[in-house]
Amino acid sequence: MKAETRVAPCLVPRLVEVRRNVLKQNDVIARVLREQFRTAGVLAVSLVSSPGSGKTAFLEKTLTLLHSRYKVAALVGDLATENDAARLARSHAPVRQIITGTVCHLEVAMVQNALKGRELNQLDFLFIENVGNLVCPSSYDLGEELRFVLLSVTEGEDKPLKYPTIFHSADVAIITKSDLAAAVEFDEATTRRNIQAVRPGMEVFKLSSKTGEGMTEFLEFLKRHRTRPTAASV
Amino acid sequence: MHELSIAMSIVEMAQEEAERRGSVQVHAVQLRLGQLSGVVKQALLSSYEMACATTLLEGSQLLIEEVPVEVFCPKCELPRLVTSIQWFCCPECGTPTPTVLHGKELEVVALEMTE
Repeated sequence: MKAETRVAPCLVPRLVEVRRNVLKQNDVIARVLREQFRTAGVLAVSLVSSPGSGKTAFLEKTLTLLHSRYKVAALVGDLATENDAARLARSHAPVRQIITGTVCHLEVAMVQNALKGRELNQLDFLFIENVGNLVCPSSYDLGEELRFVLLSVTEGEDKPLKYPTIFHSADVAIITKSDLAAAVEFDEATTRRNIQAVRPGMEVFKLSSKTGEGMTEFLEFLKRHRTRPTAASV
Repeated sequence: MHELSIAMSIVEMAQEEAERRGSVQVHAVQLRLGQLSGVVKQALLSSYEMACATTLLEGSQLLIEEVPVEVFCPKCELPRLVTSIQWFCCPECGTPTPTVLHGKELEVVALEMTE
């Protein structure tokens, strides 16, 4: 009779190739959403900046100026409070607040959720204001067509060098609070040089949400990026 | 600080892969982390330990391979490693370039496991 042979379980660790993008789930939804925006003819843009650089004031001004001729909407992310949505409602554009709780950035699922029930083809422009943070939002694609990074003249010329990742991830830089430039001796040339160092060729706008300086050029830029007829005129 | 949520995604992903392969223990996770991923290595390492607690990955190691930023130089027509992420230009000829070929990775490449 033959002795029964038993194979011992393999206990030697082995290396298994996986190759998976950690943020794949986010990226997949972002791609789907971007395609939906394009098909619907809505230009979706997101805004990132540090807290207090004037995202909400800028957005309020932009929504107010666009509202008469275009269908605009906004989503605003904050850790807590609905203050920003209340401020933006003064522009008469539909605004939805996304409360992130303890999360320091927006993820695309939050955007997708906040857009539920909204007819995208009824919109010309959608603005997504991220949580005030120059670090974490850089990792998350929100499905936006363009990402704007804002920095105010009061923040210091070296902000792009201190946060190169988020500046690099953006498509356009917007220098806000230009009405305060002289008071804080803002060095515009150095700021522009630093922006170009981390993102060569990036378009830069300098404006004031308070006085309206530079807003015309910025709005022209936005309109140029919309290639379809306006939803408002349909 | 979003490293904890990233660490939890890594653990979840590794656990899923390990279970699918009938693994009993994961000893290490190999990760490629780009310099432009927006994730801080040290913060990720400490978050990882927390995220592993009471999972199949408890006690495992996160092995991070940092991926430098490689750009494409339009003048040299070659891939080049930037010398600093504060200066996106070709280190050889100085031509500025925004075209990034590598450096945004945040990818689990392999798992070291016992079956």
